[in-house]
Amino acid sequence: MEEMLKTEDLWVSIEDRQVLKGVYFSMNYGEINVLFGPNGAGKTTLMMTLMGFPKYKVEQGKIYFKGEDITHLDLYERAKLGLGISFQRPPTVKGVSLEKLIGIINTNGRSREYLDSIIDKLNLSGHMHRGLNDGFSGGEMKRSELLQLMVQRPDLVLIDEPESGVDIENIALVGEAINSLLGKDKVKDKKRSAIIITHTGYILDFVNADKGYIVFDGKLLCRGNPRDILSEIKKHGYRRCAECR
Amino acid sequence: MPVRREYLKEIEEKALKAKDKKALYGPDIDIEKYTQHIERGKIESLESLSRQVKEAAILTGISLEEKERAGSYMQIDQSVVYESLNKSYEGQLEIMSTPDALEKYDWMEEYFWKAVPVDMDKYTAQVALNMTHGYFIRVFPNQKPQYPVQSCLLVAENYVSQNVHNIIIVEEGAELQVITGCSLSKNDAEGIHLGISEFYIKKGGKLFFTMIHNWADNFHVRPRTKIIVEEDGSYINNYVLLKPVKSIQSFPVAHLKGDRSSAKFNTVIYGLKDSYIDLGSRIILEGENTRGESVARTIGADESVIYSRGDLIATTKGYCLAHLDCRGILFSKKSKIFAIPELVSEGSMKSELSHEASIGPIAEEQVEYLMSRGISKDDAVSVITSGFLNLDIPYIPEFLDKNIKEVIKATAKDAL
Repeated sequence: MEEMLKTEDLWVSIEDRQVLKGVYFSMNYGEINVLFGPNGAGKTTLMMTLMGFPKYKVEQGKIYFKGEDITHLDLYERAKLGLGISFQRPPTVKGVSLEKLIGIINTNGRSREYLDSIIDKLNLSGHMHRGLNDGFSGGEMKRSELLQLMVQRPDLVLIDEPESGVDIENIALVGEAINSLLGKDKVKDKKRSAIIITHTGYILDFVNADKGYIVFDGKLLCRGNPRDILSEIKKHGYRRCAECR
Repeated sequence: MPVRREYLKEIEEKALKAKDKKALYGPDIDIEKYTQHIERGKIESLESLSRQVKEAAILTGISLEEKERAGSYMQIDQSVVYESLNKSYEGQLEIMSTPDALEKYDWMEEYFWKAVPVDMDKYTAQVALNMTHGYFIRVFPNQKPQYPVQSCLLVAENYVSQNVHNIIIVEEGAELQVITGCSLSKNDAEGIHLGISEFYIKKGGKLFFTMIHNWADNFHVRPRTKIIVEEDGSYINNYVLLKPVKSIQSFPVAHLKGDRSSAKFNTVIYGLKDSYIDLGSRIILEGENTRGESVARTIGADESVIYSRGDLIATTKGYCLAHLDCRGILFSKKSKIFAIPELVSEGSMKSELSHEASIGPIAEEQVEYLMSRGISKDDAVSVITSGFLNLDIPYIPEFLDKNIKEVIKATAKDAL
């Protein structure tokens, strides 16, 4: 079986600044991969490039998703192919309510009952008629992102720092929601694939990740068990990883 | 008993002196060339109107079946073609043309040309000298009709000058909703609409006024509006302009005379083609503990030029609170938006006036955010634009809403 996602020698710049410097990455269907790395190493850039944000300019290399070359597809086309993203800091869209957006992206015709149940589970009932992310706290933003993805139902979910800005009490709620989104909480549900960026590793307490990588200076290093990698980082920092490659 | 002849003569004399007086804002219009006068007969029901007229009326929010309406008033060119009051609202309010009200009530002298100065400019003078009807709506004390009154002022022929004078009186403790649509049934009609509107909201009264303008490329519009609000009264104004117009200039004034009175203006302007649009609102806070809010949402598309004005003037000796929120999105390189907020405190030591104004492009990061959820670029721009305009106006039919969205879709393509 071919890989779900593959990048070949991916070089990406943002406003003429080279960020990714030849990323080779691949993952199989149903896998959960975790990206670690210091600030500015290129983790978010890799994620945003995979999703197709125009600010992230592919200078060289290819991206394949489900066997198709998506390097030059736009955001919408990639979303339609089954890619989805949870933003670290989503923008505020004042005039568009979360309720309205959910209505638009619910193309699978999920019932009102189902929607209400997940809205309730994510504790977002009071936010549905507010502008998107308008005055939302860190935790509310993450839950809103996950709600949108639960309705969108992408095959591969890109999750950028699910713990950032979330208080300790809400981390469990976010973690459980990610598990539910990925179909890990039910035996029969379809398993979604994911790439998750984490600094703290808290999310590993909730999500059973398959592989971990360190992103360092625009490259992918040190593939391995995510818990082992996290433990190494905690002991020796990211630099040692870069040195021992 | 009619209004005194001497009073009407006085009005005429003042008007004659101002008949060449240019307006403070907007291009000067040669009104002499609009001389066409057409007399039309009454109709039995709004359903009996021609197809073209019906379509034009519907697009301004008019319900032809008059469902969920307390009453209707319709004027085509210079003639009143239809007036009706839903039977279940008899005794709650009255609707007639302003000349009929001037014939019927001598006390109209207290309202007719008492809010808007007749000698303000040549357009007010023209209406005083050549009034061609306009509606008079009065809701009786403590009456609160459940449904709105609808009015439609339509122009169907070329070179018409429609000079209407509208008066609304909301008596003490009463509430009224009015939907008024001004439109053309001929897209290429050349002409002018002059509208004087004097609204009086008595103690504890409430008026919700929604106006939808659908004009066309060769048409000039010069409304002159003043609202006087007494103590504990409130006025809410929704104004929507979504079609091209040769030129429109209007600067309605809400004068909060009474203590604890309030006014809110919601203005939605969509500048299309080479429209010249100069619109705004002024709130004068004279009473104590008065409140005012003015929200304008403006889109500049094609080659439109838009002036979006907002004045808050505090004269009260007590506390007052007012805010202006004026935002514009530019869709086209050839369009211009001028946002002109003005805050004035005339020795009003306790007044709190504030404003925020912004003009910018549609935010790309918002569009990309929605695209990442599987929404196409055009649809994302449309959803964001609709949200920005926030067209959540009660009693507007669904298909009008759809029409608005189509306009957005057609022009928003150039936005990014």
